[in-house]
Amino acid sequence: MKKRIGKSRLGKPSIISEISFYLILGMFCAACIIPFIFVVIISFSSESSIREIGYSFSPQEWSASAYEYVFQLGDQLWRSYFNSFFVTIVGTASSLLMTIMYSYALFRKDFKFRNFFTFFAFFTTLFGGGLAPTFMVCKQLLHLSNNYAALIVPALISPFNIIIMRTFFTTSIPEELIEAASIDGSGEYKTLFKIIIPIAKPGIATVGLLTALSYWSEWFLAMLYIKDSKYIPLQYLLMKMQNQADFLFKNASVIGVEASKMLRDLPSASLRMALVVFIVVPIAFAYPFFQRYIISGLTIGSVKG
Amino acid sequence: MAYRLGRKKKSSKRLIKKNVILLTMVLPTTIWLILLRYLPMFGITIAFKDYKIYTKAPGLINNVIHSKWVGFDNFKFLFATTDSLKMIRNTVGYNLLWIFLGLVISVAFAIILNEITNKFVAKTYQTLMFFPYFISWVVVSYFVMALLDPTSGLIVKWQMSQYGEATNWYHTSKPWPIILTLANLWKNTGYSCILYLTAITGIDKTQYEAASIDGATRWQRIKYVTLPNLRTMIAILLIMNISKIFNSDFGLFWNVPLASGSILDVTQTIDTYVYRALSATGGNLGMTTAAGVFQNVVGFVCMLIANSVVKRIDADSSLF
Repeated sequence: MKKRIGKSRLGKPSIISEISFYLILGMFCAACIIPFIFVVIISFSSESSIREIGYSFSPQEWSASAYEYVFQLGDQLWRSYFNSFFVTIVGTASSLLMTIMYSYALFRKDFKFRNFFTFFAFFTTLFGGGLAPTFMVCKQLLHLSNNYAALIVPALISPFNIIIMRTFFTTSIPEELIEAASIDGSGEYKTLFKIIIPIAKPGIATVGLLTALSYWSEWFLAMLYIKDSKYIPLQYLLMKMQNQADFLFKNASVIGVEASKMLRDLPSASLRMALVVFIVVPIAFAYPFFQRYIISGLTIGSVKG
Repeated sequence: MAYRLGRKKKSSKRLIKKNVILLTMVLPTTIWLILLRYLPMFGITIAFKDYKIYTKAPGLINNVIHSKWVGFDNFKFLFATTDSLKMIRNTVGYNLLWIFLGLVISVAFAIILNEITNKFVAKTYQTLMFFPYFISWVVVSYFVMALLDPTSGLIVKWQMSQYGEATNWYHTSKPWPIILTLANLWKNTGYSCILYLTAITGIDKTQYEAASIDGATRWQRIKYVTLPNLRTMIAILLIMNISKIFNSDFGLFWNVPLASGSILDVTQTIDTYVYRALSATGGNLGMTTAAGVFQNVVGFVCMLIANSVVKRIDADSSLF
């Protein structure tokens, strides 16, 4: 009732503008999701249908053979899937730990070098060496090449995440709490892990999700530092398959013997789309639940940054 | 007196101890920043050197130290080629176009989204719009390929059935400015739209009430209440985008055109150039570093200019 009064006060919204509002945004939103639906449909199309009428929203024949092949494909695919998960989990955990400790110290008003370390991190967003020197340092000095570290270390720290984390600390943790803990004789680390972290859980979830997403979507680091197919993550595998359509044929030895037998009648087009589905599905299912956290994080990061 | 002195000493000892422990907390990240961010900054010297491998004791640091200083030669070579002018034109051109389109479309969408009264629809729209932001460019390139693939792409098949022949999309330059623009808008509109939307929801409700008591129509409310309140957000995003005007989204320009070599005149940017030069055997490290330095310095200056312009127009909206 209250709402209706408010609305009539605000003036009657004209029906035409109302409908056009729904339509304009509705069309854009459809465009956002249709490509994904299209790829799912292609992945369920039979190879003969693709040969006959190309990629289509209504294939002549449906088939799940692409998925059967995905499960039978063996080594390289599962290896890459494992790599992606491994890098995401280890990367996110270490990144979170480092970010939390750094931001917590920056949040503490009694930390003498607070201003220095704040500047130390944020200066890197204003100025940097650029891709070429960074690449040289990582590869030649730090030996980040053909190992898991090459996929994890270069993306560990983002000043953006430090800002988000510190903002969460300042808004959710009263200073008296730290004083009280220190009077009770709690050590700094104990205070951080036993008292602060449980309170700052929403902030940690936000930063953790952003980090996990960026690790999951990472292909550039693999492109720079990985030559050995043992360490290729899923995203980069997908990219390689695209750049050389016959990647699977070339790598028959890596994929496995029984797989190479099937390669002759491999549903290559629908198979690749099935892999795309495999990459997007974890994000598509997780994202609506975590959307709130992510939005709050991005808003803080962009405004304070 | 002695007692008080002792207490002071004790508390200052505790203060030192506390700061030492806090220092150990910042240590891991500090080491990371030094190795991966500050050390490469010294690599900028490569831009002013003729980088050669020091044969007596090869190694990055030795190579840099023993290479000859050449002043601004690397920059001269970089700008002497027509390719470099094209890639700078592409980088800046696309950025200017996308900053403008992104601003107009995202603000418009955010306002529309805010005007939608059905909360369920608004929430669904918001979720759908934001989805592309989480998709990597590798996956987006597959989406584009589903349309443009030379043998089975949807658009290609349609062209075949209509005209009997199809465009060879990945080898024709002309449509790519539009394709890249659409891809960029598709992926990023939702994100900036939501940033603007949070700014709108933060607007004081009494302003709207006052406006409607004065008899303002919906359009007048948008014009005189919503838009002026978005000023700060628009300024912030504008300054940040302008400071990146010499940078490009590598994934977009590399993956979406499938790194095709025959459409470089419209898809090559400074970032893809640096990567291509870096990964090519015998690539000129001095020139690629110079390109990076150029990006950095000019971007920094652009940001300062944008900030001072915003400050002059509206002091409250500037970043610093």
